[in-house]
Amino acid sequence: MDGRLLAERSPARLKPGPTHTLMDVIYNLIAGFHQSLTGFNILMMLVGSTAGLFIGAMPGLGSINGVAILLPVTFLVPPTSAIIFLGAIYYGAMYGGAISSIMLGIPGASTAVATTFDGRPMAQNGEADVALVAAATASFIGGTISIILFTLFAPPLADFALKFGQPEEFTLMVLAFSTFVGLGGDDLVKTLFCIFIGLALSAVGLDVISGRPRLIFMNLPGFYHGINFLVLAIGIYGIGEVLWTIETNRGAPMMAKAEISVRRIWNALKSLRHSWGTITMGSLLGYFVGVLPAAGATPGSLMAYGMAKSMSRTPQKFGTGFVDGVVAPEAANNAASTGSMLPMLTLGIPGSPTTAILLGGMVIWGLEPGPMLFVEHKDFVWGLISSLYLANVATVLINIGFIPAFIMILRLPFTILAPIIFVLCLVGGYAPTNDLHDVWLMLIFGFGGYIMRKLNYPMAPIVLAIVLGPLSERSLRQSLIASHGSWSVFVTRPLSLTFLLLSVGLFVLPFVKARISAMKRAGA
Amino acid sequence: MKRMDAIVAAVLAAFSAYMMWKSTELPIGWIHDYGPGGGAFPFWLSAAMLVCTLIILVRTGLGLTPESQSDAPFFVDGEARRLVLIVGAALTIMIVLTSGIYIGEVTILPAVGVYVAIPLFMIFYMRYLGHHSWPLVLAISILTPVVTFLFFEKLLLILLPKGITDAWFYIFF
Repeated sequence: MDGRLLAERSPARLKPGPTHTLMDVIYNLIAGFHQSLTGFNILMMLVGSTAGLFIGAMPGLGSINGVAILLPVTFLVPPTSAIIFLGAIYYGAMYGGAISSIMLGIPGASTAVATTFDGRPMAQNGEADVALVAAATASFIGGTISIILFTLFAPPLADFALKFGQPEEFTLMVLAFSTFVGLGGDDLVKTLFCIFIGLALSAVGLDVISGRPRLIFMNLPGFYHGINFLVLAIGIYGIGEVLWTIETNRGAPMMAKAEISVRRIWNALKSLRHSWGTITMGSLLGYFVGVLPAAGATPGSLMAYGMAKSMSRTPQKFGTGFVDGVVAPEAANNAASTGSMLPMLTLGIPGSPTTAILLGGMVIWGLEPGPMLFVEHKDFVWGLISSLYLANVATVLINIGFIPAFIMILRLPFTILAPIIFVLCLVGGYAPTNDLHDVWLMLIFGFGGYIMRKLNYPMAPIVLAIVLGPLSERSLRQSLIASHGSWSVFVTRPLSLTFLLLSVGLFVLPFVKARISAMKRAGA
Repeated sequence: MKRMDAIVAAVLAAFSAYMMWKSTELPIGWIHDYGPGGGAFPFWLSAAMLVCTLIILVRTGLGLTPESQSDAPFFVDGEARRLVLIVGAALTIMIVLTSGIYIGEVTILPAVGVYVAIPLFMIFYMRYLGHHSWPLVLAISILTPVVTFLFFEKLLLILLPKGITDAWFYIFF
């Protein structure tokens, strides 16, 4: 790709010592606002938030579906505007997921599953408006806390990551994949298979080092340009997901009634004053869970719900329509979505499948993900960070202001929405490469992903692996070239060794957990 | 569920083996002063895939996983299976119409392009599966390709495949 073909980054680019004081951060943030506060970017952000709210509110569709299907739309705009648009979709979808969880009792996205536990009973008790306002407020606070943490953590982490060489980069990827084994919670062998197939599919096309063609299946010329991650993502999260929804959501669900007025919104806001502790806990928990690649908004919100229940003085109220049971997961899923952007921007490792797609988008826009972004593309990084502040405010206002409109959207029959999504998939699968070969491939991935998902093969590792595959292979091979073939290069460097030891720990974790639960059962 | 689990694992095992074989077209060993050959990375990954699928097959055979212990049918019920199969077929036909069928130089079915395939697909889906009224079905089926055209072709300058209908669009550019 560039000078990085040499095993180490040139030391001239490294800045010794801590370069990011708080003043630097504030200065950069103000410069970032200068980027994001242009008329066009504000428009992109508003359109993105609204689209995200809409997509999140639709049962079965979440941030990842929205980002995967709409990424091709951003090819023509500058990268900063593109990431602001997609970031706003990601954000809006986190808010929107709560709407159908509360109104229909069906999670609008997997990230809003925990919101149904108390959101649905609240709606049945005639408190749908309180639940919707509580969800929006908690999302806003969760978002705000995590963006502030993000702003403070990102520069030092990027500084630290600048010191990584190829061996560290490779072992960091190993660590990212290991989190799926240790924390993913899916079947171990199937998880490993999905990581391997994602990495192997990323090798199709031209060899990253020698440039020779490889894995040209059936000698079809379409494989020479490789398998675009978007083709896989749109297949799995567009076609596969809609097929899944068609099968599972056939019956028309009952819609709860909601009365919305300014007075009721105000009363709902006032009733939240007892929930600050829960919201703060959910935000912090969600943020740190979101940073881990395998975990993310869904486990983050479920953990926050569990934690809120166990910390509560009235745990018996949970599940019966208790407002704390809505605010904890909603604060957590918004915080997690911001948290997952931290490793994406600073390390080039996505914290969630949605950020994996954003990362792939950055490559298409001509940016190299990783810590160098903070040095070479400050306008992009700080434009994105500042836009998150704005998107957070914009989304909460749009959300509360247009609750009745979003409730109307839920009445849109799926038999109208589904064909429109399929058409978007067809066009979105074609647009990145202008090759009908990829449309066929997308269809195969869609059917294959649908069948594999029903058999409990996890889909997130495949998407992460196909995005990280080329980087993993390059860093592995360059490390080995530099070390003249000695694998010891991965264990003699302290950071690299640390990452490997952490990975080993994550690999052992499922066995330890199984052992402990077996011992508990034997004891009981 | 058990049978499907085994079938899928067997198909994936065959695919892994094919990928291993395909990887050997490039050197998979160590090349002096150059590092691992271009085929090594995919070769060892597909080998690992093969091992995983074989373990899955063995576990399914022994009934060690939840999927292999379940007697539940693969689809929730017959209605769900019918819907998924019809939608899958309709999607495939939409893409066949878009890309056409050509064997060598012989045209079996000419490509009619997205602007014929999309409205046909949408009319079928909304009318046959959704039972919506004709005015609504026609309005959405016409509006969707028009918006697609304006957005992708006029705004983003991404030309979508039009097949034999290409000439119809010259007047719009």
